[in-house]
Amino acid sequence: MSFLLSILTFLPVVGAIIVLLAPSDGLKKGLAFSATIATFVVSLLLLPGWQEIPDMQFVERYAWMPDLDIYYYLGVDGISLWLVLLTTLLMPIAVAFSNQHIKESVGSYLALMLLMETAMLGVFLALDLVLFYVFWEFSLVPMALLIGKWGSQNRIYAAVKFFLYTLAGSALMLVAILALYFHAGTFDLLALQSAGLPPGVQQLAFLAFALAFAIKTPLFPFHTWLPAAHVQAPTAGSVVLAGVLLKMGTYGFLRFALPLFPVATSNYASLISVLAIVGILYGALVALAQRDLKSLVAYSSVAHMGFVILGIFALNEQGISGAVLQMVNHGLSTGALFLLVGMLYERRHTRLLSEYGGLWASVPIFSFFFLVVAMSSAGLPGLNGFVGEFTILLGTYASNPLFAVLGVTGIILAAWYLLHAFRQVAQGALENPANFKENLPDLNWAEIGQLAPIVLLFFAIGLAPNFFLSKINPSVAALEVVQSKAPAVVWQIEP
Amino acid sequence: MLELAWLILVFPALGTLINLFVGGRFGERGIHAVASGAVILSFLVSLGLFFGLMGLDEHHRVLTVHLWDWITIGSFNAPAALLIDPLSVTMALVVTGVGSLIHIYAGGYMQGEQRYQRFFVYLNFFILAMLVLILSNNLVGMFVGWEGVGLASYLLIGFYFDRHDTTYGHYADAGKKAFLVNRVGDFGMMLAIFLLWTGVGSVVFEEIFARSDALTTGAATTICLLLLLAATGKSAQLPLFVWLPDAMAGPTPVSALIHAATMVTAGIYMIARTHVLWELAPIAGDLAAWVGGLTALLAASIALTQVDLKKILAYSTISQLGYMMLGVGVGAYAFGIFHLVTHAFFKALLFLAAGNVMHGLPGGVLDIRKMGNLRAKMPATHWLFVIGAAALAGLPLTSGFFSKDGILLHASSHNILLYLIGLFTALLTAFYSFRAVFMAFWGEARDQRIHAHAHESPTMMTAPLWILAVLALAGGFLNLPFLLTLEHYLEPAVGSPSFHPTVALESVLLAVSAVVSVVGIALAYGRYVQGTASDPRQGRGAGWATSVTKLFKPLEPAAQSRWYVDEIYSALIVSPLLALSQWFDRVIDQGIVDGAVNLIGQANLAVGNALRKVHNGLVPTYALSLFVGVVAMVLYFVFV
Repeated sequence: MSFLLSILTFLPVVGAIIVLLAPSDGLKKGLAFSATIATFVVSLLLLPGWQEIPDMQFVERYAWMPDLDIYYYLGVDGISLWLVLLTTLLMPIAVAFSNQHIKESVGSYLALMLLMETAMLGVFLALDLVLFYVFWEFSLVPMALLIGKWGSQNRIYAAVKFFLYTLAGSALMLVAILALYFHAGTFDLLALQSAGLPPGVQQLAFLAFALAFAIKTPLFPFHTWLPAAHVQAPTAGSVVLAGVLLKMGTYGFLRFALPLFPVATSNYASLISVLAIVGILYGALVALAQRDLKSLVAYSSVAHMGFVILGIFALNEQGISGAVLQMVNHGLSTGALFLLVGMLYERRHTRLLSEYGGLWASVPIFSFFFLVVAMSSAGLPGLNGFVGEFTILLGTYASNPLFAVLGVTGIILAAWYLLHAFRQVAQGALENPANFKENLPDLNWAEIGQLAPIVLLFFAIGLAPNFFLSKINPSVAALEVVQSKAPAVVWQIEP
Repeated sequence: MLELAWLILVFPALGTLINLFVGGRFGERGIHAVASGAVILSFLVSLGLFFGLMGLDEHHRVLTVHLWDWITIGSFNAPAALLIDPLSVTMALVVTGVGSLIHIYAGGYMQGEQRYQRFFVYLNFFILAMLVLILSNNLVGMFVGWEGVGLASYLLIGFYFDRHDTTYGHYADAGKKAFLVNRVGDFGMMLAIFLLWTGVGSVVFEEIFARSDALTTGAATTICLLLLLAATGKSAQLPLFVWLPDAMAGPTPVSALIHAATMVTAGIYMIARTHVLWELAPIAGDLAAWVGGLTALLAASIALTQVDLKKILAYSTISQLGYMMLGVGVGAYAFGIFHLVTHAFFKALLFLAAGNVMHGLPGGVLDIRKMGNLRAKMPATHWLFVIGAAALAGLPLTSGFFSKDGILLHASSHNILLYLIGLFTALLTAFYSFRAVFMAFWGEARDQRIHAHAHESPTMMTAPLWILAVLALAGGFLNLPFLLTLEHYLEPAVGSPSFHPTVALESVLLAVSAVVSVVGIALAYGRYVQGTASDPRQGRGAGWATSVTKLFKPLEPAAQSRWYVDEIYSALIVSPLLALSQWFDRVIDQGIVDGAVNLIGQANLAVGNALRKVHNGLVPTYALSLFVGVVAMVLYFVFV
């Protein structure tokens, strides 16, 4: 039994303690960055020994509270692997960005970021429901504090809303977890999965879990905490929030709702898909109306996460594998978008689209990155976003053609709001003196260094997605809801 | 040799990367050499592929070069692989051949341009994407190129992203419009791919064709209609043609390469590529033919009224693409491709000649009302333009004559009305192309200041045009009537046509076409040369020409306003969506959805205040109530 996952999960906590003890801000920054890099390196160790099989790998299982059958139980499979790596990749980038800009309470800020990382990794790795729940709820605290202390003007409102909304969502999940325990006598996810739950329990427990996950994702109409939180959050907070935290919701559906409640999942699949489609179209249209760039990106997340949900509830291999990949894609592209918005904000202290225009002439490197990231987000083939969206919609089509037709409409709208944003910021005439070359420095090497790994991954995933999919596919194919469906057969319009 | 086909992609990819990252150190000459060299090398590879294929037995001229497995999930598989056959190689030759000439030309045209490096990065990237589109052996790979060329087009239309004028409005908006209209087409493409995969279980062309009997007529028709939607976007046909006229905001070499010779023909190519499906879906083919015929007519009618040289050529491109669509729609795939090839020659020539005019006039004037007698100042450009216009007008023995006639011939066997529309459009075409020639190059100079400063372009910008001019004149010999070399060459890829015209019919139609083009040119001559003395638009010199054109006078305002298509879209689609977006944001999202959330929060607060008495601050009381609540819910879960 290896300790790799434990090391991975708790390395950031160790880093947080050291950061708090470090004497100077400069040292704190260096140490925090090193801690996230070390965590990233450790996470890369998952890849060499990776087996392309459906089972959990690198499993660790120890009794935690034996009287209650609660275990410290970690494992990783094809569904969680890339989310773990996404987390460990985005954290050093977010910390590097913060190191350039955060001035007050540097130590606590960085410590909270590191605690955040542990919480998120724990969520993706826990295989015991109680352990999962602990990490899940714990992740709320650092993020709420990050927003509440280091956010913009209206930060308290946003932090409280974020905290209460998501907390309220997960309260019922706790109840459902306990109910499952009383039914099956275990909190062990895999054991619960093979035990099989009666349909009546499935229905209610599914709804309880689904509410928590729907709020976190966020699924329309549970999304309104998101724009508020994003607009107020500090840049690195937004990067982590959009890049990783939202995936906890969609990951929850995949890891818990689908395997534990296959009957209920099939029953509610259409309803949730409809909400996802509403989210895709509605989110895109609302994004188009935004005047604040960050708010626009936030609403684009509602639309993009709608695609992920749509893929999951297509309940076939193409849809779900695509959704897993799309979680990573969204984390990368939206993370990069928030970074870009942050880089602009740190220079100009405004995010209003009307303040910009013509930046391609004054800051070409920034604009180049903005273009590539926008294209990734718009699902341009050859980049990462396309592979995810395409396979999601392919799977959706196989299970419900009408949903796919509506979903593809969302891709047109995505191009619209992204090109609109690019048009407002980078194109047009350079008229506002604050945007002139001499007043607005282009990206520096540190900033390019933060964006470059993400952009390289756009191309890697876009051109060689099979490297990623081959590890996702076995775990997805083994899901009961997928197997219970007949494999994609020849489908005909007329019998 | 054929296994090395991937090299054709490597060169423009390298060109793009080299110029993107280190082009800044090269200076203009270096950048130009890298970019042109990349495309010329690709052209040489294409030639190698061509001769490689010719060396094979006629029935074995189709092969796949597998590069890597791209997307694999369960039973879905889209490889990164190239399909080398006569059709793809013909297209590759046109794209890299015409592309090379335009790259060379652009070196002169873009001289001194601030964003010179960026321009050639985009141009090489375009070639790369176009070759991916052409060579992919499956629809998803084709879609990569399909959207890739869309991106290149978007970037190049908006190349002058900070410019703004009365012709195009904000140039950046023209690019955005092109991308979005094309996305509407892509909607069709994606759904067609989904349908094909669920229908025949594959997205690879050869597998689709082998299993196409699994498709019902209904399914095949639906797929083809969706593909038609995609084609109307990329190839600027009704109802999605509106982006192409605005695309002229891009630099002229771009208009020549992307928005005339190559990218816009992708829709035609895609239909020819999937011809097996179209043969299963005659209704979709009919619709394509009608879309093509009507687009040809509509666009030609608009071209008659335009006064901007590039806009005339833009509408003419839409119109010619309509002919191609008509051709593939009636099943004459080889003739659709033939016209695609000849059109690439003469339209690239016309655009580049127009570029020379723009380049040689102060302020880049393009309004033909301000020109006149330019042949005195630009003799070479004048002849080049005349040759291009002659081919466009279908003057006998030029390339356009043979290729257009092939399409009309097949249309006549299909539906006589389509033939008549095509023939009438040919008359309009001959008229408007020589209207441009006569107004720009002949007669008297109407603006002395402009005329005084007009000058011929340097050799770098005329030499490539002479090559195109030779091709525009002689390109018809690729597929002379009764010999049909190109048609036979393409047979392994697009099959042989079902219709074999008699010699008599073909001869008669050739003669009719010849007469029509001569009459069209004569009409233009009568109106714009004999009538120029006072006012070109009110020429009295040739009463007969005027009286013929007078017939259509009432339609002129509508045609000039481009038949109000843009306005209709704006009123019916764009404005309502924008209004909806505002309403969703203000009323629904902030008011209702978020309002409800806050209301629940406030309600809880109110209840909390009311229950404050229970909240006595003692932890055990809280613990007890929490416990009671949880137990109640657990009991509910367990027993209900």
